[in-house]
Amino acid sequence: MTAFHAVAMLSGLVLAPLLPGVINRTKAAFAGRSGQPVLQLYHDLIKLLRKGAVYSRTTTWVFRAAPAAGLACVSGALAFMPAASAPALASFGGDIVLVVYFLGLMRFLTVLSALDTGSSFEGMGASREVQFSALAEPALFVAVATLARVSGSESFAGLFAGLTPAAWMAYGPAFMVVLTVLFLVFLVENARIPVDDPNTHLELTMIHEVMILDYSGPDLAFVLYAASLKLWLLGAVIVNLAMSAAGVTGSLAFVGFLAAMMLLAIVVGVVESTMARLSLLKVPRMLVGAVALALLAFALAGRLSP
Amino acid sequence: MMPLVDSVHVLILVTCLLLLGSSRLGACIRTVAIQGIVAGGVLPWVSSLHISMQLLFTGVFVMALKGIVFPVLLSRAMREASASREMSPFVGYGTSLMAGVLFFLASLWLGAKLPTPDGVSGLAVPTACMMVSTGLFLIIARRLAVTQVIGYIVVENGIYALGLAVAHDIPVLVELGAMLDAFVAVFVMGIAIFHINREFDHMDSGRLNVLKG
Repeated sequence: MTAFHAVAMLSGLVLAPLLPGVINRTKAAFAGRSGQPVLQLYHDLIKLLRKGAVYSRTTTWVFRAAPAAGLACVSGALAFMPAASAPALASFGGDIVLVVYFLGLMRFLTVLSALDTGSSFEGMGASREVQFSALAEPALFVAVATLARVSGSESFAGLFAGLTPAAWMAYGPAFMVVLTVLFLVFLVENARIPVDDPNTHLELTMIHEVMILDYSGPDLAFVLYAASLKLWLLGAVIVNLAMSAAGVTGSLAFVGFLAAMMLLAIVVGVVESTMARLSLLKVPRMLVGAVALALLAFALAGRLSP
Repeated sequence: MMPLVDSVHVLILVTCLLLLGSSRLGACIRTVAIQGIVAGGVLPWVSSLHISMQLLFTGVFVMALKGIVFPVLLSRAMREASASREMSPFVGYGTSLMAGVLFFLASLWLGAKLPTPDGVSGLAVPTACMMVSTGLFLIIARRLAVTQVIGYIVVENGIYALGLAVAHDIPVLVELGAMLDAFVAVFVMGIAIFHINREFDHMDSGRLNVLKG
């Protein structure tokens, strides 16, 4: 292992807080505002890290441990994600399962900490988070399994290496469906607009924001940073898949990867500016639709042959 | 092997899932119009090797009929019957979507059993079977009469696509005759919906059981 292997993970760790900034700038441009600086989240994180934390007397060690443990989970998952030509820091057969369960563990900790505060409001958010992710997780699993089935590798590194332009010629339609499913899961898991509104703070329909209401200071910084890393991680799955169609290699592919991540953030900004949030009852139906599409893609991957 | 043809097939499969999952009548009518255009016009064009005058002509005719005339007729029937815009299903949307996945698996199995002629995509027969089963399911599982007309159109699309897959050269007269039948059927069903609505103040087919002697 050389220093080169760390490039993919380090770029994620450094650049991830840029994505929410780009999304916010896109939304501001749509609304005719100049908007907050692109680097706003970096400033927020530095400010929060210098502050002290306030803890409610009802909370226990679970509440205090969750932000750091959650950040550790998502950083661990990031180590298995390649960035186009930059290889992943670590990889083994079956790490796709580990990555998805790292995300699951992070969600579990967030939910536990929300319940630990004893606030009924946060419990409501936790219940919604669990309900939606119970449907989003199978969609993600089946979508990634489709890619694994085509490429014949069960690690993210081997999986994206196995997807060549030739594979796209044969399985292109199935991959397009997988891309759609991954984008839906990306929006749901990161609490973006058709499902959750990251800007609301006092509404009965919010999900992610309500669970982290009680955090302050460094803990909040950890939670916000972990959320941006999760945005980067799931975005990287989409961008890696889309990049594999182009078939570029070398440092050009890595630059293209970074540009595509920013493009993805702009697309999310456009979606948030042009769409209203779905009513809460329609979200599960959308997610069942995503599962159905993922199963369709999985069946297609067996049917289409090169 | 055939990325373009397979893409069109996958597009049709996705419209089938959309029909099963959407709760708005207007959205359903638009989706079935798109499906009609793709299955009736685009599919024959991309899946045949050379484009003949007959293919061009029937394609344009089918697209005009399924993409413009049927949606207009259906929207009018919906408006005149002042149908509610919700679908009010017998079977829930999530269950319908999962049923759709099962239909697709069954269609794949069936497609593997049926011999496909050379030069035809392996997805052609499964897609057609998927459309037929989706249409039949919509007829059974939805309450409003308008949805049953939609189901009927989807079945018709499927049969058309199946005919296209297994028999290459259907005489133009037969195709036009089938189209005309479908047109008359939708027209008559539109009128029937209007009359059912005027007679009974609703078009809920689930309540027709009450009329049994």
